[in-house]
Amino acid sequence: MPDSGLVMYEEEFKQIDAELSKLHQLANAKVTFLVDKNGQLIASVGETQNLDTTSLASLTAGNIAATGGMAKLLGEKEFSILFHEGEKDNVHISLIGDRVILVVVFDQRSSLGLVRLRVKKSSEVFVQIFSKIMDKVDKEKENKSSRSPFAEITEDDIDRLFG
Amino acid sequence: MSFINYSAREINCKIVYYGPGLCGKTTNLIYIYKKTNPDSKGKMISLATETERTLFFDFLPLALGNIKGFKVRFHLYTVPGQVFYDASRKLILRGVDGVIFVADSQVERMEANIESMENLRKNLKDQGLNLDAMPFVIQYNKRDLPNVVPVEELNRVLNPRNVPNFEAVAATGKGVFDTLKELAKTVIMELKKKS
Ligand SMILES: Nc1nc2c(ncn2[C@@H]2O[C@H](COP(=O)(O)OP(=O)(O)OP(=O)(O)O)[C@@H](O)[C@H]2O)c(=O)[nH]1
Ligand SMILES: [Mg+2]
Repeated sequence: MPDSGLVMYEEEFKQIDAELSKLHQLANAKVTFLVDKNGQLIASVGETQNLDTTSLASLTAGNIAATGGMAKLLGEKEFSILFHEGEKDNVHISLIGDRVILVVVFDQRSSLGLVRLRVKKSSEVFVQIFSKIMDKVDKEKENKSSRSPFAEITEDDIDRLFG
Repeated sequence: MSFINYSAREINCKIVYYGPGLCGKTTNLIYIYKKTNPDSKGKMISLATETERTLFFDFLPLALGNIKGFKVRFHLYTVPGQVFYDASRKLILRGVDGVIFVADSQVERMEANIESMENLRKNLKDQGLNLDAMPFVIQYNKRDLPNVVPVEELNRVLNPRNVPNFEAVAATGKGVFDTLKELAKTVIMELKKKS
């Protein structure tokens, strides 16, 4: 089997949120968010009220997947940073390790240089947090204390989902 | 690949609609989008050509309800069915939790169905997944058309493993939710097995 799904715990979620906030502030960004490579939003900070973050997450992952595919064809390992420049807003997308994507949306109040610098610093922190999460997941698997909410579900629970 | 978030108390699963060009994958999603109440769905995103053929993917996030206090979300994707978009299909399959194969029931699309099924199997294998060992259902679509292959024959050719299969007319919605429900069920039961 390939590796199992991503799991997020309270403790690490708080650390991620704190680092995203820090990055948001220090990079003068409009929005910062983290997406898993499969397109699922992990956390977001900033002016997200009028933003469809779920869709953005999916498109970000599609974007990274497409350029990753291009990279392979060109014999590159991966393009680990993407930058899209708009009239008002710019988007900086970067890979953290091999399964998480960091996105920073910013306008003229910031600059690409500043964003790059702050992203680099935050990336190191994120890498550590995610490696802690993976360790935790492995440990939980070993001692099978499985707090998974799915362990005790029944067919009835599932039927009720569809009302 | 499921994403369990203990902090936000959410579980996300990824479901992919696969099948040959024009079999009705996008039509399935459009119907689901139309019939789901506004607070349980997000926007539907379609990356399509000017002639409405899927270019990269369609995406529809669905929040169905709660299980054991966890919000259960399904992210539905369709692949582009046209043969030459294979690179994109591979990307969409990454991290998939379950597959719905939409077959086009028309006699003249039989070969396309078989080819697409083989393509699915191969693309899953390339990322270490086995079609025979994962949540999988088949939908026989376009049952409203006159020139359809009988279901027994379709099953014989496309469904040797005898997974759950449904007759559908995606254009009117017949069979669309039955198909999705069955796969969603299997995906959740699979998560239970793994936990
Ligand atoms: N008669 C009939 N037509 C259908 C049915 N389902 C879909 N169609 C039509 O078939 C055509 C193609 O449907 P799509 O949903 O775009 O097909 P697709 O599988 O997404 O195609 P690609 O994006 O190219 O892979 C459209 O004109 C639909 O209206 C059905 O059950 N019966
Ligand atoms: Mg389509």
